[in-house]
Amino acid sequence: MKTFGGKVLFLDRADINTDEIIPAKYLTEITKEAMKPHLLEDLKLEGFDRRRDIAGKRVVVTRENFGCGSSREHAPWAFEVNDITAVIAPSFARIFRQNMYNCGMLALELPAATIEHLFKAYAGKETTMSIDVTGGAIRVETAGVSETIQFSLQGFDAALVQAGGWLEYADSNY
Amino acid sequence: MGKTIAEKIFDSHQVDAPYPGTTVLRLDAVFCHEITTPTAITDLMARGKDRVFDPAKVKAVIDHVSPAKDSKTAEQGKVLRDWAHRHDIKDFFDIGRNGVCHAIFPEQGFVRPGYTIIMGDSHTCTHGAFGAFAAGVGTTDLEVGILKGVCAFKPPKTMKFELVGKLPEGVYAKDIILFLIGKIGVNGATNMIMEFTGPVIDAMGMDSRMTVCNMAIEAGATCGICNPDATTVDYLWPFIKMDFASKKDALAAYAAIASDSDAQYEKVCKFDLSSLEPMATFDYRPDNVKPVRELAGATVDQVYIGSCTNGRIEDLRIAAAVLKGAKIHARVRGILSPATPQIYRQALDEGLIAIFMDAGFCVTNPTCGACLGMSNGVLAPKEVCASTTNRNFYGRMGKGGMVHLMSPATAAATALAGCITNSVLYKGGK
Ligand code: SF4
Repeated sequence: MKTFGGKVLFLDRADINTDEIIPAKYLTEITKEAMKPHLLEDLKLEGFDRRRDIAGKRVVVTRENFGCGSSREHAPWAFEVNDITAVIAPSFARIFRQNMYNCGMLALELPAATIEHLFKAYAGKETTMSIDVTGGAIRVETAGVSETIQFSLQGFDAALVQAGGWLEYADSNY
Repeated sequence: MGKTIAEKIFDSHQVDAPYPGTTVLRLDAVFCHEITTPTAITDLMARGKDRVFDPAKVKAVIDHVSPAKDSKTAEQGKVLRDWAHRHDIKDFFDIGRNGVCHAIFPEQGFVRPGYTIIMGDSHTCTHGAFGAFAAGVGTTDLEVGILKGVCAFKPPKTMKFELVGKLPEGVYAKDIILFLIGKIGVNGATNMIMEFTGPVIDAMGMDSRMTVCNMAIEAGATCGICNPDATTVDYLWPFIKMDFASKKDALAAYAAIASDSDAQYEKVCKFDLSSLEPMATFDYRPDNVKPVRELAGATVDQVYIGSCTNGRIEDLRIAAAVLKGAKIHARVRGILSPATPQIYRQALDEGLIAIFMDAGFCVTNPTCGACLGMSNGVLAPKEVCASTTNRNFYGRMGKGGMVHLMSPATAAATALAGCITNSVLYKGGK
């Protein structure tokens, strides 16, 4: 199982698409590592500076319908090679969400109100999250403030995270 | 209680239901192209699992960048080519025979009503036009599909779109799907299947139905789907005539797969399209849609006609009817990419290619090319393209470029005028 949690990157926009996460022109690369410098290269988001904001982050918190657009698993890989293994949003596009779990990573849905609260209370500050997958708890912390948010990871999603991904799971089951 | 077509397909293909809300389906076909499959192949090789569940059910094409434009794309093609040969995949389409995946696979008869299909490509939803459940997936799903012939899905929830009325002149399948995406939004059908029904769909040929289903993903849908009917049977007849005594028998068999009249839907939306206008997108989201009238006059640098959305023979005929005898605007670059060699050949035979060339279009070989900003017509920053493709994301056709999505008729008229224009103004040559 992968490890989850660490510093948080807030992306305050809905419908961030896979072309923004990793532009199509990098799909000719054969290695995952080659995606590393290009994560979120075409993101249209005021105030976001890729060179400054990505390094050291391990969790992304964002808005609805994250990862819409193409089926490219290069999008989760681009996060993975940057050590970001969890994305938290009110909702995800189907293929992106499945790709995350298929890679043994987390695409966690939290209620829109909880996400709104996270943005209000923590965005723009140095924030960390520790994520306990089996206990279903996220500990959020910034200078002087902390709280715990519950989530539930069940069924197939949990099994994929435990197995380390869908290939591992399918290989032992089918 | 009746069932939807998608529910029936799930029922007949379920191999496992490991958890509530998860169904593992047996796959009838796995489609592959050279952008997303090589990473799957190299990963399977690294894991010592370089196997294929059934070479007859795996189909592969080199389509996104063809001919190869540089060493990297040449390498991608080579990985796919070597793999296809190694595993004796007979239905492999290399340059000279290749076309855009979602055009060539149906044209070859690989899609049938009731099939389950995956591909590492989001527009796999196109094949639902034949009454198949066809979904785009990522590399890991693709790997498991190649290795085991299965894929996991959530239970199929369906939104039904009942399309009634009679389309006005100059309004086509593309206008309908743009209109619907504009109505429900890029997230409007996430985790759902969009089932298209009604007299407007009944009256459509397969090319138009594929155009409609192709863009279901732009509303977040897992698959677009049309119930199989006599039009489906006619299209498929050369491929299925060994399986059925008559077209009537085929129709009866396929009717059993179609949605029941008392099927339960997540949502039913009915639209009368009798007064629909030609539509186009603005800005960078496929749900930013306006009538062409409201965008008229916006200048463009390039017009692109092609892709898995609108590069089929019907699209070329429609565009050629607008272009016939006219010349495109001096400031505009026109690019036509017929989606398959068969379409190209037919367009030659019908004199369509001559019309495009006389009008000043560059005619390229069948390829995805400019649609995803990889080759054959990439935009420069700040350039604007009027395009028959399906995605207008920022930078999609080239870094910093902008794309207006529209029908082939509108694109052709736009090429003539040099700015976004309703094709009705040009009907019959002007
Ligand atoms: S034509 Fe465009 S949308 Fe269609 S498969 Fe090719 S790249 Fe994808």
